[in-house]
Amino acid sequence: MSSDGNLLEVRNLRTYFDTDDGVVKAVDGVSFELKRVQTLGIVGESGSGKSVTNLSIIRLIPEPPGKIVSGEVIFNGSDLMLASNEAIRKIRGRRIAMIFQDPMTSLNPFMKISRQLMEMTQLHLGHTKAQARAHAIRMLETVGIPDAHTRADNYPHEFSGGMRQRVMIAMALSCEPELLIADEPTTALDVTIQAQILELIKKLKRETGTSVILITHDLGVVAGMTDHVIVMYAGKIFEQAPTRELFARPGNPYTKGLLRSVPDPTAEQGKLYQIPGLPPDVAHLKPGCPFAPRCERVEEICRREFPPFVQLNAEHYSLCHFAREVYSESGGTPA
Amino acid sequence: MSKEINPDHEDLVHIGPEMAVAEADVHPDEAGTFVRGTSLWRDAWRRLLKNKLAVLGLVVVVVVTVASIVGPTVIKGVFGFTPDFIPTHNINATRSLPPFTGPNGEFTWTHPMGTDNAGRDQFARVLQGGQISLFVGILSTLVSLLIGVSYGAIAGYLGGRVDNVMMRIVDVLYSLPYVIVVIVLLSMFRSQTPRGQLILLFIALGSVSWLTMARIVRGQVLSLKNQEFVLAARATGVSTPRVIFRHLIPNTLGPVIVYATLTIPQIMLTEAFLSFLGFGVQAPLASWGSLASDGIQNIAIFPWQLIFPGMTMALTLFSLNFLGDGLRDALDPQMRTV
Repeated sequence: MSSDGNLLEVRNLRTYFDTDDGVVKAVDGVSFELKRVQTLGIVGESGSGKSVTNLSIIRLIPEPPGKIVSGEVIFNGSDLMLASNEAIRKIRGRRIAMIFQDPMTSLNPFMKISRQLMEMTQLHLGHTKAQARAHAIRMLETVGIPDAHTRADNYPHEFSGGMRQRVMIAMALSCEPELLIADEPTTALDVTIQAQILELIKKLKRETGTSVILITHDLGVVAGMTDHVIVMYAGKIFEQAPTRELFARPGNPYTKGLLRSVPDPTAEQGKLYQIPGLPPDVAHLKPGCPFAPRCERVEEICRREFPPFVQLNAEHYSLCHFAREVYSESGGTPA
Repeated sequence: MSKEINPDHEDLVHIGPEMAVAEADVHPDEAGTFVRGTSLWRDAWRRLLKNKLAVLGLVVVVVVTVASIVGPTVIKGVFGFTPDFIPTHNINATRSLPPFTGPNGEFTWTHPMGTDNAGRDQFARVLQGGQISLFVGILSTLVSLLIGVSYGAIAGYLGGRVDNVMMRIVDVLYSLPYVIVVIVLLSMFRSQTPRGQLILLFIALGSVSWLTMARIVRGQVLSLKNQEFVLAARATGVSTPRVIFRHLIPNTLGPVIVYATLTIPQIMLTEAFLSFLGFGVQAPLASWGSLASDGIQNIAIFPWQLIFPGMTMALTLFSLNFLGDGLRDALDPQMRTV
């Protein structure tokens, strides 16, 4: 599966959490790759392992109780899982930056914005105070904070949610990282601000050539932003395809269910579709397909055997016993 | 059959072009209305100033502190005697002089609090005692801050086994009756010089007073360390010591300051108690506790020897407590019951 031009390759990543309730397999054998300048979307319900996957990439899983059991994360040709703590710290923020879900809590409330931005470049680029400050103000201007000179000396509580997320983006991009991981960057924001923030990420991505991993549970966001999509469920990749392909010809019943539950503003008022049931408890998974209890086309084999990861065409994979059938129903021709 | 979402058909999804507002007109109403950054400290200060009792406490504390520091010098300049000097006109006085009274029973401003048994000016003694009492209180609190805050923050942040071991040590130290420990320490290393005794007192008080501070800070850090800004800081490559000392400790300062303000009177009280028992400050140095101890012997005949140091100490302790309460309300407005 590997080829050159990949910025990031994740192979067979497993991250488990030891809890009183047993071992929670939050991420269980996830593999994917990301080419330079591309955007990868990771979608899934809450608790499907999206965030844990990305925290594992830069080794920010709290240990204990968490543990990266196995897997390789090849970033620019070197395995981050084998890197020393010192080395990985130099990568965090400098080459792989993250934006978090809740801008209200991801800034230190006791530090001025300028100091938080300056910390980044002083740490990684060896800037002096004056350089770092000038850079911080330039970054704030880039992300569209008006009057950045004055605003730089404000505290986080003096910014609105959207503005804070802009500050977070400014911080994440201030060292021009090669990879930006945006963990639900718009979930805590209202729709108009969401649009602005996504537009901003898109624009900055175009300008700097950064690759992006976008974690979200909003399929609309994925549709407009990404080149490839991964659908995760219960710590596993259920479907993996180029964005256009996934939306046009889903090859997995779970993806189909997700797509159906997106409200359609043009349709007459009716009941909103939802996938029945709840995501499974990943501490006590039954032997068969984890989605089987909620699946519309479940059959005997689904409860008994774990499904195979079927390749539907060059770049389209689906984890399902009936991947080919589902794919054909959506209008695709399985390879 | 599932509905299809066509990625090209953007008006079906959230990011329609009409919503992607151009950058220039993003914040039309916000431009030009910015004020200078108000830090949490400034807010807290404003709230503190609204609390009359706390302001009164602050004023009294400042007055007592300034008076204690410059008082003895001023008295020496004006009247020509130091706290441990017996003014010549009193050498032949047969008894302790009452307030505002000279050796021959006349009214005088020289001794507003009277004199002690040896004829030393009580006012100068009380001021000098204040110097030492406040010094002991503040210095021991600083020691407890330094040890307690770092200890608690490290234990809380590292967690797990390290936390367990570190906090069990605190528990063991907690379970020792610390007054007895201090008394044993002081009598074991009983120093010959009064200054040596004073330093010993600092060490003894400082080494037992950091335990509660460590617990408070640990609790704060435990609740803070799982917040996203810590994760965000770590995701930007900040090292562990830096996360603890630059990002976490400043966030715990509210409760720490409050507790420190309340620790000062507590330590002053302990010092007074020890001096009262004769373990603390030795003559010719004086603290409020040792002055009260001297005064209690003559309480029936010369009540002013006890009343003045006692009242000054009570006033200062009250004020510090009011100030501490005020600070708590100011730094943690949610806790307020108003």
